[in-house]
Amino acid sequence: MSSWGGVEYSSIREIRGPLMVVEGVDRAAYDELVEIELQSGERRLGRVLETGLGMAVVQVFEGTTGLSTRGLRARFLGKVLEMPVSPDVLGRVFDGLGRPLDGLPAPVGESRLDVNGSPINPASRDYPEDFIQTGISVIDGMLTLVRGQKLPIFSGSGLPHNMLAAQIARQATVRGGEEFAVVFAAIGVQHDEAEFFRRSLEESGALKRSVLFLNLADNPAMERIMTPRVALTVAEYLAFELDMHVLVILTDMTNYAEALREISAAREEVPGRKGYPGYLYTDLATIYERAGRIKGKKGSITQLPILTMPSDDITHPIPDLSGYITEGQIVLSRELHRKGIYPPVGVLMSLSRLMKDGIGEGKTRADHQEVSNQLYDAYSRAVDLRTLAEIIGRGGLSEVDLKYLEFGDAFERTFLSQSYNENRSIERTLDLAWEVLSILPEGELTKVKRANIEKYYRGRREGG
Amino acid sequence: MGSAPPKGRVIWVSGPAVKADGMSGARMYEVVSVGEDRLIGEVIKLQGDTAFIQVYESTSNLRPGEPVEGTGRPLSAALGPGLIGSIFDGLQRPLNLIADMVGPFVKRGVSVPSLPMGKKWHYVPAVKPGDEVEGGSVLGIVQETPILEHRVLSPPDLPRSRVVQAEPEGDYDLEHPVVTVEGPRGREELRLYHYWPVRQKRPYRSRLPPTVPLLTGQRVLDTFFPLAKGGTAAIPGGFGTGKTVTLHQLSSWADAKVVVHVGCGERGNEMTEVLVKFPELKDPYSGRPLMERTVLIANTSNMPVAAREASIYTGVTIAEYYRDMGYDVLMVADSTSRWAEALREISGRLEEMPAEEGFPPYLASRLAEFYERAGRVEVLGRPERTGSVTIAGAVSPPGADFTEPVTTHTLRFVRVFWALDTGLAYSRHYPAINWMLSYSGYLDSVQGWWEGNVDKDWRYLRDRAYEVLQREDALKDIVRLLGPEALPDEEKLVLDVARLLKLGFLQQNAYDPVDSYASPRKQVALLRLFVEFYNRALDALDKGARIEDVRATKVASLLPRLRYEVPEDQLERLEEVRKQLHAEFDALLSGVVKEVV
Repeated sequence: MSSWGGVEYSSIREIRGPLMVVEGVDRAAYDELVEIELQSGERRLGRVLETGLGMAVVQVFEGTTGLSTRGLRARFLGKVLEMPVSPDVLGRVFDGLGRPLDGLPAPVGESRLDVNGSPINPASRDYPEDFIQTGISVIDGMLTLVRGQKLPIFSGSGLPHNMLAAQIARQATVRGGEEFAVVFAAIGVQHDEAEFFRRSLEESGALKRSVLFLNLADNPAMERIMTPRVALTVAEYLAFELDMHVLVILTDMTNYAEALREISAAREEVPGRKGYPGYLYTDLATIYERAGRIKGKKGSITQLPILTMPSDDITHPIPDLSGYITEGQIVLSRELHRKGIYPPVGVLMSLSRLMKDGIGEGKTRADHQEVSNQLYDAYSRAVDLRTLAEIIGRGGLSEVDLKYLEFGDAFERTFLSQSYNENRSIERTLDLAWEVLSILPEGELTKVKRANIEKYYRGRREGG
Repeated sequence: MGSAPPKGRVIWVSGPAVKADGMSGARMYEVVSVGEDRLIGEVIKLQGDTAFIQVYESTSNLRPGEPVEGTGRPLSAALGPGLIGSIFDGLQRPLNLIADMVGPFVKRGVSVPSLPMGKKWHYVPAVKPGDEVEGGSVLGIVQETPILEHRVLSPPDLPRSRVVQAEPEGDYDLEHPVVTVEGPRGREELRLYHYWPVRQKRPYRSRLPPTVPLLTGQRVLDTFFPLAKGGTAAIPGGFGTGKTVTLHQLSSWADAKVVVHVGCGERGNEMTEVLVKFPELKDPYSGRPLMERTVLIANTSNMPVAAREASIYTGVTIAEYYRDMGYDVLMVADSTSRWAEALREISGRLEEMPAEEGFPPYLASRLAEFYERAGRVEVLGRPERTGSVTIAGAVSPPGADFTEPVTTHTLRFVRVFWALDTGLAYSRHYPAINWMLSYSGYLDSVQGWWEGNVDKDWRYLRDRAYEVLQREDALKDIVRLLGPEALPDEEKLVLDVARLLKLGFLQQNAYDPVDSYASPRKQVALLRLFVEFYNRALDALDKGARIEDVRATKVASLLPRLRYEVPEDQLERLEEVRKQLHAEFDALLSGVVKEVV
């Protein structure tokens, strides 16, 4: 991004953490983009976080290492951070602030868009209800994803969230076979993880309809504040200007929140829980809410943010506040992972809020909702009974209880488990569900209407 | 104090908080226009001639030196026909008009009238020259929607005056003076609408006791933890426990004349869902689309934070306005925690001294003021009428921890507590209302209504069923250690009946067309089956039957299904099941008795 005009100042009062206080500034705008030129000629970018008469607090994206209060020149650019967009962004790789990393020139913009975006008017939204088939039984059957939804993966370090996200990106289709464009934002992740995604997109031939934004673990932490915003700006362009269906993968939102905490601490703000700023909820919402469908527009943005829960704690502020904003969550379970089950989705803690409108007759199959309810009910009972059986032994359980234990094991082995390359149709998924439900006596299936039991139940029917 | 509104300039900006100097003469909570884009803000603190302003729109690109202008009036709601069926932002700007003007993304500084000023309404006068009117008197009638007769009210602060001129029946727009009065303040023209400051509660004549239940069609709420008209309820729960679904159910099925649904800092798609579904859903009492009685206020989580605070007050003011017509109004606020967080954010930016978890010390008093605006009252003006505002507020405790400040303070000011439970939600028991933690302070006061209007056994059935649930809760610990088989038959029965109650009564599927709503009659008829099953089974065990015999009864497998298999127009089938129940136990007993002999 080259400099253009703007007012220049060189009186730096203070530098602390990622912040720089510029003095003598006449009229800096809140959120304004700042270009900082070091004595060496190196240039960095920043933005105004607080502005007063004769003073502006600037957050430096590339960090303040090596900055000095003398010999700096800060140029206020009179605009906020913008991303140039054009159809040529597809297939490209950018850094965390949207600058090309692939050696090619910046896209010649049809337009330059404010990366902060604007909230979608709730009255202009269209309700998401188009079923996305991911080919993964546990998601399609019990946590159905729909076009325009934001459904995060809550994971832990060492769990295969990247594999799961890559499998979704590779297999996701809607009925009618439309493919997704993929916008991938790496936020402070390791080089290998980003490379894994790139290769996976390449192998499936999806790279040419993908855009990659890479802020890796060794890139400046402050850039991470902007990375998801830059990525979503491009996603909005693809979806609402070019009518594409876009799948956005943001990984890892925990790194994002930590960068936010760092700035908040440097500004000496009153902290909320665990030192995260009180506005973490609002701030995360300005990212997650940039998903959805708009009336009269063909495209859509489906978000799949990934976050690792610090010490697997779902009540930690990052997963907790995310869960309040997103439309459900896919929680990965370390226990299932240890058992060698892939994908290790802890279904009881997981949820898809928009599932009900994306399934059923004409979309998936008429029995889908009831089957899903019954699977949840039965599996939750099986898990309870497992704990009980560990204490009192199987001998203390009734005949029916033992059937539930058998069901629980079959559910995990047959329904939940599948391979990284296995792409199951929704019919196959629901048939598998009936296969495991048929282990239970018919009378236990209280969540399924009789007509569906008659049609699909394969266990021994009770007299008439 | 100068009479002209102050004109100052911006001297500091940090997110939604702005300071301006040159503001002497500004008043607390006065609305100001900020910057060249004319963003809307409100004065929240004054110090010398410096005003602290919370700005209701994004301050991106705002610079020190830009102008700030007072308006001389507090933040007010425009109250008149045209509210119903609308969707507003927190400042009462119609979101569909904003979309028409600036497209699908909300832009700043958009100025649109709250009510359709040009639209003509058919007005039927209720007063004639010579009549006396006062604050809150009914001036005339406008049919706002097919199910809502809008009573045009004089402003509540109108002193006793005499009508000197009254327009005849006809079609008038909102600005047309329909009544002219003469009183202590001189001659005044009254129109189809008036303004009211949102932070000030609308006055009423007197409060009435909350003796009428606000029916919601949700069994666990109506039967176990009833809400009363004019009452207050809080519904706290971690994410994924179904707060929003439960509140949508309330908005859909509550027997209120008007529902004001405020989405405060929540998801955009949820408001869209209401907008898409409510025109299709039918009000069970009138058979008309729900949208014809609903006002929506949407300030989603990504919209500017300060407007969340305004949205709560705008909502409750509109609710009070319909109450003043003599109607029962339900206001649903989802979620009050986001409002509290907005207070915290602004307070933090102003560097005020924080209390618990960074929340400002005035959090408790703000919550108290808000919930106090609920009530069943005799309203002002003539003719005499009663109306009510019932408030149900969601709370979103971080980490589902009910000891956090917003939850604990809220519980001090509400009388019904519907506790959502993460464990129940994980096992897909919906609504995930924990029956051991929840309570209702209206149980005794609405008992008379239920027994007089629905069934004289209501309280007995409710308490008997609740006793089973309580005993099951106590037995759970033993079961965890010893397993259910170690219990005597009588206690096994308690576990069985509790499980049946959970499956067949407490759980309710919001998405099942039959199950979504249960009338009071259906609730009592269902509950009677469970209680009589329990009583008969207990008696049978006592007379020598085994628990296996009880479990093998046909009726035991029937009970969990009735809630969704028996629609409202076939409630007589429940009576048949009841006969079957007694017949089965009679047969069981005669078999048992033979064995003994």
